[in-house]
Amino acid sequence: MTKQVEEKQRVIVRFAGDSGDGMQLTGDRFTNATAVLGNDLATLPDFPAEIRAPAGTVHGVSAFQIQFASTDILTPGDHPNVLVAMNPAALKAELASVEKGGMVIINEDAFTERNLQKAGYTSDPVTDGTLDGFQVYKVPMTSITVRAVEELGLTRKEAERSKNMFALGLLSWMYGRPTDVTLNWLHKKFGDKPQVYDANVAAYKAGYNFGETTELFANSYMVKPAPAQPGTYRNISGATALAWGLVAASTRSGLRLFYASYPITPASELLHELSRLKNFGVITLQAEDEISAANVALGAAFAGDLGATGTSGPGMDLKAETLGLAVTLELPMVIVDVQRAGPSTGMPTKTEQADLLLAMFGRHGESPLPIVAAKSPSHCFDAAIEAVRIAVKYRTPVILLSDTFLGNSSEPWLLPDVDTLPTIDPNFADGPNAGQEFLPYLRDENLARPWAIPGTKGLRHRIGGLEKEDGTGDISYDPENHERMTNLRAAKVEKVAEDIPPLEVDDPDGDAELLVLGWGSSYGTIRAAARRLREQGRKVAVAHLVHLNPMPTNTGDVVRAYRKVLIPEMNLGQLALLIRGRFLVDAQSFTKVQGLPIHLDELEAEILKVIEG
Amino acid sequence: MSEQETPAPEGNGGGAAGNGGSAGGNGGGVVGTLTKKSFTSDQEVRWCPGCGDYAILATVQSFMPELGILPDDTVFVSGIGCSGRFTYYMDTYGVHGIHGRAPALATGIATARPELSVWVVTGDGDGLSIGGNHLIHALRRNVNLKILLFNNQIYGLTKGQYSPTSEEGKVTKSTPFGSVDHPFNPIALALGAEATFVARTMDNDKQHLTKVLRQAAEHRGAAFVEIYQNCNVFNDGAFDLLREKPQGSHNQIRLEHGEPIVFDEGTRCVAVGDNGRLVVAKVDEVDEGSIVVHDVHGRPSLAFALAHLSRGPTEPTAVGVFREVERPVFGEATIAQVDAATERLGKGSLDKLLHSGDTWNVG
Repeated sequence: MTKQVEEKQRVIVRFAGDSGDGMQLTGDRFTNATAVLGNDLATLPDFPAEIRAPAGTVHGVSAFQIQFASTDILTPGDHPNVLVAMNPAALKAELASVEKGGMVIINEDAFTERNLQKAGYTSDPVTDGTLDGFQVYKVPMTSITVRAVEELGLTRKEAERSKNMFALGLLSWMYGRPTDVTLNWLHKKFGDKPQVYDANVAAYKAGYNFGETTELFANSYMVKPAPAQPGTYRNISGATALAWGLVAASTRSGLRLFYASYPITPASELLHELSRLKNFGVITLQAEDEISAANVALGAAFAGDLGATGTSGPGMDLKAETLGLAVTLELPMVIVDVQRAGPSTGMPTKTEQADLLLAMFGRHGESPLPIVAAKSPSHCFDAAIEAVRIAVKYRTPVILLSDTFLGNSSEPWLLPDVDTLPTIDPNFADGPNAGQEFLPYLRDENLARPWAIPGTKGLRHRIGGLEKEDGTGDISYDPENHERMTNLRAAKVEKVAEDIPPLEVDDPDGDAELLVLGWGSSYGTIRAAARRLREQGRKVAVAHLVHLNPMPTNTGDVVRAYRKVLIPEMNLGQLALLIRGRFLVDAQSFTKVQGLPIHLDELEAEILKVIEG
Repeated sequence: MSEQETPAPEGNGGGAAGNGGSAGGNGGGVVGTLTKKSFTSDQEVRWCPGCGDYAILATVQSFMPELGILPDDTVFVSGIGCSGRFTYYMDTYGVHGIHGRAPALATGIATARPELSVWVVTGDGDGLSIGGNHLIHALRRNVNLKILLFNNQIYGLTKGQYSPTSEEGKVTKSTPFGSVDHPFNPIALALGAEATFVARTMDNDKQHLTKVLRQAAEHRGAAFVEIYQNCNVFNDGAFDLLREKPQGSHNQIRLEHGEPIVFDEGTRCVAVGDNGRLVVAKVDEVDEGSIVVHDVHGRPSLAFALAHLSRGPTEPTAVGVFREVERPVFGEATIAQVDAATERLGKGSLDKLLHSGDTWNVG
């Protein structure tokens, strides 16, 4: 029988299973096939902090969500249309988020009494009415997979391991995803392990064919490619984009990248990616602790490299004193903070954007530094280059803020022409700058001091954490000098504002009364909410800050131009505090600290409330 | 010396392209004409009058020209404490970092630029308390650093609290009833971290200090030198029982590689006791064969035993080089890995990187 193909504009699929079930890989492969097909997409991986929580429990559920569409989309979506639940725990953990009437595909084989118990079900949700109102598909994924690979001579356990590929095959059929992308990848990944390769291919094909032949599914779906600007695209996660941005900045500055870091979730991805790129001249050093990582990077900067370090909140706390040193040494350096839910260890695999005030003020004394925040996975690339540009030009540490959501999620990226990326001039000092003398704290028109690296003839100088005399850099306890240096350091950071684009406002008719101002990873959600409301005839203006310190020079004018300002943040109102304090504007906060991105629905409702309120 | 070759100075990649272009500056331009003055900055030295640091500074400044390394290619890195000021007094490149982190800062410098001569100056508080972690890791990695640890067994800059090398029972401002902390043995700690060069010397013994520094400088990799240094304000005389000058205490056990360990004008020695432990004995009371012959290259157990010979500088104590062995140098190995990857994979192309993996074209 020929099945009907129904066209859909957008679909949200959530793969969920035990953390040992390979759901992240499944989601990742589905994403790539979707990207190659040309849908617009956004993803949201959501996994537990435990490497292997007890199998079959709700704690151990790992999920991956993707929204893909034939139109431009901005978020991974709030409520999945399709949930793939590999076991009862996955169903239990994820069902609440599935849209009413949505599709629930369960791995029937995993719904044993024992597994139901482990998941905390007292009765079988498949039969007790829990799934009423959903379209439920029971597929014996494990047993079909085992049958599909039985000729390969694998143990039962090994055979069962391929069931995620079955799920991938089934969903690939359902949404008409190209098979060659996945098969090519499997070949590349497992080509040298024939048995594993064969098993994965067999399971994938079994899933695909199951969809095509079984009468369980009446139709499949088609999501046409989204219109996009011409060019070459790839799918990119925020972590990869950020790492590549640092490499791009290295290439465009001629400075070798020296990345020192201590393993920490979720920033370790940067260390992993950069340590693979040694043939770009990149040096990576896994330091003994967070403090060391910062100091190694700073030492490398003193020596003439592009010194960078990356971490998450707990590491930022530890690096604070070194950042203060970098502020006073006035050396270029980039500190990446991939924010996660805190305080303390908090929820290491969950997202939050609550380190803004830490980045602003988390050092003793007056120690300002520029802050750049990425707003989408692919924007991490540009944000990294921008952070390096500012660091090198102004001889200052720069904090680059990302977060768990940005780092782990992915989106299609129109690849830039590398020749059009900004160039960065290290402008090393090569001779005296005051007659026959060299003054290490003599400033240029940007208030930046010379970068004279060891080995340069005649430019020997000593710098340190003690207050320095203006110009000479000699130790000084002079009261007025300290005030002058404090003001100079602050003025230098403020000067960056003259060198960044103005804050752009998206206000189509120019007569909205409400401005929604955001920063960081909420960019997509804010844009999408505005779009939905405009479709309903509502007026709403949006703007997004990439430079958090200093802010663009027109920021005050922008926020004062609207009767109402709403600031959605995954914290308790940190940007709102800055905006209110700086510009005396009665900005309102919309906050969420659940370790999850702000949902489109909830933001839409909030904006509506503020408009009508 | 290890078999690895020192990478060429252009090891800094693009970054160092601009260096070395300029003449000018004051003094110290040519290796042959280097003097103590070439390494002496114009800053007024501000330690307490009588501090042991003066003697160390003077010795280092006069010894540096011997190395034939330009001040321009030399970097001093220090942390916090009285020793931290050392950096400002050397007319080299220098960074005065934060408390305890000098080895980490210097690791960045030495790894990025293996051709530089990088020195770390630290103290017993800076290096063994707040910065203990960085010290042991710099030593285990064998970063090409010469680490001078000024041990005065007291916190001087904060005005007299006990330090991690103060003896038990020490009465200080923070331990009015006496310290109950067991002190570190810095030599044993460095040996435990598998440092490839470990030595001890004294602040006011210019000859011995110079000799040890020379050996440390010649060592490829991390060299750890503990320098007993008198704090005449808060811990005066801590090492007097060890000093040969002016009165001569005869407690110094001078270690010389390949020589029997004999001291006190040849009257006392270090011998292997009945149970295999090292003991201090009178030469005429032991078999000649039981006198220990010092070996800096051999098993670490000898160095370790020598480090534990005394419980502190009030007893016969070994000075000199305890251990000197070879191991790959961290910075060189790091750069070699980058070079090898570049040779194997070709110099990275940003454009190719961006286009790697699955891509698709839109009309």
